Amino acid sequence: MIAALGKALAEKSTTSLETTTTALTAAKRDTFNAFLAIDEAGALAAAKASDERRARGATLGPLDGVPVALKDNILTEGVVTTAGSKMLANFTPPYDATVTARLKAAGAVILGKTNLDEFGMGSSTVNSAFKPTKNPFDATRTPGGSSGGSAAAVAAGIVAGALGTDTGGSIRQPAAFTGLVGLKPTYGRVSRAGVIAYASSLDQVGPMTRTVEDAALMLEAIEGFDAADSTSSDAKKTSWRESLRSGVKDLRIGLPREYFVDGMDPEIERSVRAAAKQLESLGASIVDLSLPHTKFALATYYVIAPCEASSNLGRYDGVRYGHRAADVKQLKELYERSRSEGFGSEVKRRIMLGTFALSSGYYDAYYRKAQQVRTLITRDFEQAFQNVDVVLSATSPVLPWKLDEKLDDPLAMYLMDVLTLPCNLAGLPGLSMPCGVSSSGLPIGVQLLGKRFDEATLLCTAQSLESALNLKQEVR
Amino acid sequence: MKLTEHQVQHVARLARLALTPDELSKYGAQLSAILDAVDALSQVDTSGVPPTSGVDTSELEARLRLGGSTPHLREDVVAGEVGAKAALANAPQVEGSSFAIPKVIE
Repeated sequence: MIAALGKALAEKSTTSLETTTTALTAAKRDTFNAFLAIDEAGALAAAKASDERRARGATLGPLDGVPVALKDNILTEGVVTTAGSKMLANFTPPYDATVTARLKAAGAVILGKTNLDEFGMGSSTVNSAFKPTKNPFDATRTPGGSSGGSAAAVAAGIVAGALGTDTGGSIRQPAAFTGLVGLKPTYGRVSRAGVIAYASSLDQVGPMTRTVEDAALMLEAIEGFDAADSTSSDAKKTSWRESLRSGVKDLRIGLPREYFVDGMDPEIERSVRAAAKQLESLGASIVDLSLPHTKFALATYYVIAPCEASSNLGRYDGVRYGHRAADVKQLKELYERSRSEGFGSEVKRRIMLGTFALSSGYYDAYYRKAQQVRTLITRDFEQAFQNVDVVLSATSPVLPWKLDEKLDDPLAMYLMDVLTLPCNLAGLPGLSMPCGVSSSGLPIGVQLLGKRFDEATLLCTAQSLESALNLKQEVR
Repeated sequence: MKLTEHQVQHVARLARLALTPDELSKYGAQLSAILDAVDALSQVDTSGVPPTSGVDTSELEARLRLGGSTPHLREDVVAGEVGAKAALANAPQVEGSSFAIPKVIE
């Protein structure tokens, strides 16, 4: 854990080099397929530099010397970044993403790059072009996705924290599946510069950690305005750690009726309702509420995200970087064959869907309509937040499924994201944290949604719940 | 809505994807099923509802209305160059300091 490791480093009971060496050994032995690349030389150099700073009394902050991992759609200068795609199998970025640069500036040791569903498209990490990641709690099951590699790396105890990205739940759902805290910040809180784009109006980078405090520490290191991202906000930074101590007394917590969906696993529902009761016993009031347009969120997302993806992925043309088909004679053939060979089937499916929805004659019926419904979904939340401070639900309606399940029906897979998508559509901050364990020994996650730029209340609520539940869930 | 094979072929062409006959029929069926689910949106009354493009520009607009400066708009000067060598480093094929492609003009 970051905070605990920071303390051990400060007390000199360990060094960054020692910690990093242990982490590298664990990463190399990892059987869960968490990593796509391990940057041994870079990590060792960063660890030595951290120890030297500490010896001089020039330590940079709570992340200095702490090994972390980055989802492999976040650019790392000089370290291959693939987005889980054959298209970018050999792509070495010429620069760091802003979040990478900020973690380095905070002294963090970047151990390696983690597996993901290709370009972030999926909820299982099975859609990686390279290998599926396994859940450390049960290696026959998915760790969730698309940030499944980051989830597995942290849950298996290889690194203290990792960054994921979340377009429709890709931080929160794998966090729920692996017993972690996962935070998707408010849209604009964290720079997207240097993060390989999936759906630009929804994508956001955030931390995946063992504790709420660790999530706060990582958020503090990466957040804030960035001139390289025109959608990044200059909303004031808060001292998250201070907000962690303020408690939930008099906080109003809303349970949206529409989020307790048919077909939800009864164990999950029980565990989530028990978490709400726990918060009530700590002094919060529980409010029943309605978000009436929830049932349209899935359709809205599966128009908007593929439309943006079809546009964003237009850049992969086999000319400037990425896969190029061999023996092509014509430019059009170069584009078509390079793209067909480089992209996997889920990516092609979403490009096709988005291209269709944006094509002449269908734009108004699909894309514009979805943008309008998106407004209504946002308004639902605005109205709800007049009466509540936090919205509480399950993160996923189901437990982690078997790795070989549900691969054939994309629509059934998309339905699994139904509780996480609305948060991205409305640009809100959302957090998943463990709230229990199923009878089969699998983690259960509770989701907290907050007002725009009110991560402080989310973290504070999460911290109170974490202390009260006092779950001691470890990978066996 | 049910997509015809001709429509699927047309969309693949627009997306610059060369699909096999198997892929065409698989994607045709899957896209039709997804579009059927998406058609739920037509039940929603959106008359007079403005579309959300996703980016919250209210803050920026407020600043511009006040005639103030904004950190979102920087001076129009070159910044963050990576240089030709680094920019070409990932190219599948290079000639001199250019990206090379098959001949497009006969």
